[in-house]
Amino acid sequence: MTDLLEIEGLDVEFPTRRGTVKAARGVGLRVARGEVLGLVGESGAGKSTIGAAIIDLLEPPGRVAGGRIDFQGESLRGRSEAEMRRIRGDRIGMIFQDPQTSLDPLKTIGEQLVETIRKCLGLNEAKAKARAEQLLVDVGITEAKTRLGAYPHQFSGGMRQRVVIALALAGEPDLIIADEPTTALDVSIQAQILDLIKALCRERNVGVIIVTHDIGVIANIADRVCVMYRGEVVETGDVAQILGAPRHEYTRSLIAAVPRADRRLPRFASVDYIEGGASAFRRIDVKTHWLGAAVREAKGEGPALSVAGLDLSFTLRRALLPKNRKMLKAVNDVSFDVAPGETFGIVGESGSGKSTVARIIAGLYKPDAGVVRLMGQDVSTAPRDPKARAARRSLQMIFQDPYSSLNARMRVLDIVAEPIRFFRLAESEAEVRRIVGDLLDHVGLGAAAARRYPHEFSGGQRQRISIARALASRPRILICDEPTSALDVSVQATILNLLRDLQEELGLTMLFISHDLPVIRQMCDRVAVMRHGAICEIAPAERLFEAPGHDYTRHLIDLMPSMDLLEPTPA
Amino acid sequence: MTSAPGPSAPDPSASPPERELGAHPEHQGRMGFFARLMENDVAYSFTRSPTAIIAATITVLAILACFAAPLIAPFDPFDPAQISLWDGKLPPAWAEGGQAQYLLGTDNQGRDMLSTILYGGRLSILVGLTAVALGMTLGVALGVISGYFGGAVDAFVMRIADVQLTIPGILLAILINGIGRAVIPQELRDDFAIYVVILAIGLTDWPQFARVARGATLVEAQKEYVMAARVIGLPAWLIMLRHVLPNVLRPVMVLATIGLALAIIAEATLSFLGQGIPPTTPSLGTLIRVGNEFLFSGLWWITLFPAIALVTLVFAVNLLGDWMRDALNPKLR
Repeated sequence: MTDLLEIEGLDVEFPTRRGTVKAARGVGLRVARGEVLGLVGESGAGKSTIGAAIIDLLEPPGRVAGGRIDFQGESLRGRSEAEMRRIRGDRIGMIFQDPQTSLDPLKTIGEQLVETIRKCLGLNEAKAKARAEQLLVDVGITEAKTRLGAYPHQFSGGMRQRVVIALALAGEPDLIIADEPTTALDVSIQAQILDLIKALCRERNVGVIIVTHDIGVIANIADRVCVMYRGEVVETGDVAQILGAPRHEYTRSLIAAVPRADRRLPRFASVDYIEGGASAFRRIDVKTHWLGAAVREAKGEGPALSVAGLDLSFTLRRALLPKNRKMLKAVNDVSFDVAPGETFGIVGESGSGKSTVARIIAGLYKPDAGVVRLMGQDVSTAPRDPKARAARRSLQMIFQDPYSSLNARMRVLDIVAEPIRFFRLAESEAEVRRIVGDLLDHVGLGAAAARRYPHEFSGGQRQRISIARALASRPRILICDEPTSALDVSVQATILNLLRDLQEELGLTMLFISHDLPVIRQMCDRVAVMRHGAICEIAPAERLFEAPGHDYTRHLIDLMPSMDLLEPTPA
Repeated sequence: MTSAPGPSAPDPSASPPERELGAHPEHQGRMGFFARLMENDVAYSFTRSPTAIIAATITVLAILACFAAPLIAPFDPFDPAQISLWDGKLPPAWAEGGQAQYLLGTDNQGRDMLSTILYGGRLSILVGLTAVALGMTLGVALGVISGYFGGAVDAFVMRIADVQLTIPGILLAILINGIGRAVIPQELRDDFAIYVVILAIGLTDWPQFARVARGATLVEAQKEYVMAARVIGLPAWLIMLRHVLPNVLRPVMVLATIGLALAIIAEATLSFLGQGIPPTTPSLGTLIRVGNEFLFSGLWWITLFPAIALVTLVFAVNLLGDWMRDALNPKLR
């Protein structure tokens, strides 16, 4: 049987002012009917470019420069826009990453489905409506008939992605291209969507290309895998072979960098494929080093961080009359203590209130009730008290998005030096510069980085700058709010290693917030599980993973993408 | 803005890989000023837009000519020794009865039109620039403060702006101008007229700037670099000055360019209505008004040439502002 889609020697170029960027070089891949091909790679690998090139939707000025794209034995290259439009609807379906923007907010789900079905299949209104209803049932939406009249905003993210899948199926395509279909979704919904895609692929005997950066997704859904690195396919093979016995060095390092959920490792396997120039961690002598001053002063009594009875509601709708106001209880009676030098994790799905707790502790939000104590000092009831202000300085925070957490108009030197200069932690400007250089050295960037601007750095390097800035206040407590969720796995591994090294050397107390259970297991000593603004369970990390006490914890752990395939398969 | 790409949004991996960006700053430090300027996307877009180049050339030439008026103007219209009533109402040099030394003719008092336009243009531009600077400073300060603090401060400032925006700008300028003139003693009125006009236009301008600055501040204040600054413990004024302000200036600069054109027109309007700059030191608007009185006597040149100068200048500045708005908007690129 011939393959559904065959690509050979595909070159994609993006001509820019500063020379041509080759987003794909000599890419070859095949997809058969009833098969899920995983296209995996880190950001900039060119995996989405391949998907866009197949359906001729490359962002201008990108263009296919060479190679073959054969679909069901016919070439897709050099087709007119009108022909491609027919192919896109009828024969190749697409699922995009963000269900928020893939649907037209001004039309009901039914209108969008019926319109697509009528265009692709040429059915009349009534028949198309019946089909639309059937499609919704197929993608697992209950009460399909009434749901047809609903608007996209009335659906949750996961439901919306189901509708997007139904839309992709509307033209009865032979091939579906799914570009990061679950990246914007929570783990529990991710698992359902992946199951759905896999089941539809088998039932309808269609080919599926799933583009993702997530090895866990690949392990769960793909039959075969193409690993891409810098625009080239470095390895193709069966999912078991790729994940169990990778041949190419890049694949090996990529898989090694995935945080393991099944046991705790002393360190992440370091992948220096991308973050070139990140030198090895230099030890810090706390007795003499500038950073050590706060460590030497520290008194070791009581918890470093303690919160009790935190409550915070956000106003959803303002009104004069209290009964018309709508409030959202974002944080509900949250209490915990963190011992000095401990790493305390908070895990939960989006909307669970974990970041809100972090921001209350950091003083960014004022709680409605409850007390935050840093080193025993109450900082929440009278935040302007000099004592509270002094205690606040012992706390610093690292944010999620490395692209918005640095002021683009300041040099790295000024960004990192800001707290040193403001609190006069150094004697002279020369000393400030020396300290900044030293800090940048410690986070693995090198002192020369000080002269540059943030836009000159990659995501991982920016996160290192953020860490250096946080250290410049000589903190005792570090809050990390999803510090690596915007980064590639290999970069994530190096950043997490750095955080661990720093914590060990400086004896930092760490509050580590993440939605990613494997990362939590690797980083944390104790973990709190949050849901709907409240804490379900607090337990030592190992016990939480081995013997979860709360139903919700068990549910989350069961939903972690299974990594069994990562073990070498016994031959 | 970090949300995931939809069907039409660019995919992060479709753009040039970010690690390749890491390579070019290495040599950036060694590049000359011009080369670095050309690296800048805005400068690049400028060289690709003929409209922008023409508009900028006209604007720069006009500003240079007006400010160099004492050097290049053939006469000094403010020097009574050079004015002779006998030479009054002469048509342009090429028309019948024109004299070669008065290229664009003379006005009713015998002043050379070309020189008067250059001096008047200088006054118009000066008033426009200072008025915009005043409105911008006031508006941006209030806008950033109300956007950053929100709540009651925000409500108070923005309601004032809203109320002011319900009154047509020129009426408000006339009102402020009138009050300003009333409080100044008669004998000083002409000397202070120019400052009163600047104040009137500047105080009329600020709500636009406040709105734009507030909107941009609302966006910036939610970003993590501002939160980081707050966690460090920097005081609010420092965060606003050092972190928020530089990041809201882009839209403000666009507004300021278009505002400059509007301020020049506002000054001309005030002067045309006789509320602005006195005829002894005429601005373009004053010249047009004076000329208007002689239009039906056939002395068309007294009003036409200043009007052409005003329209050209405003048109060029406006085109420049339009280009800037597009060039600085990443969505239109």
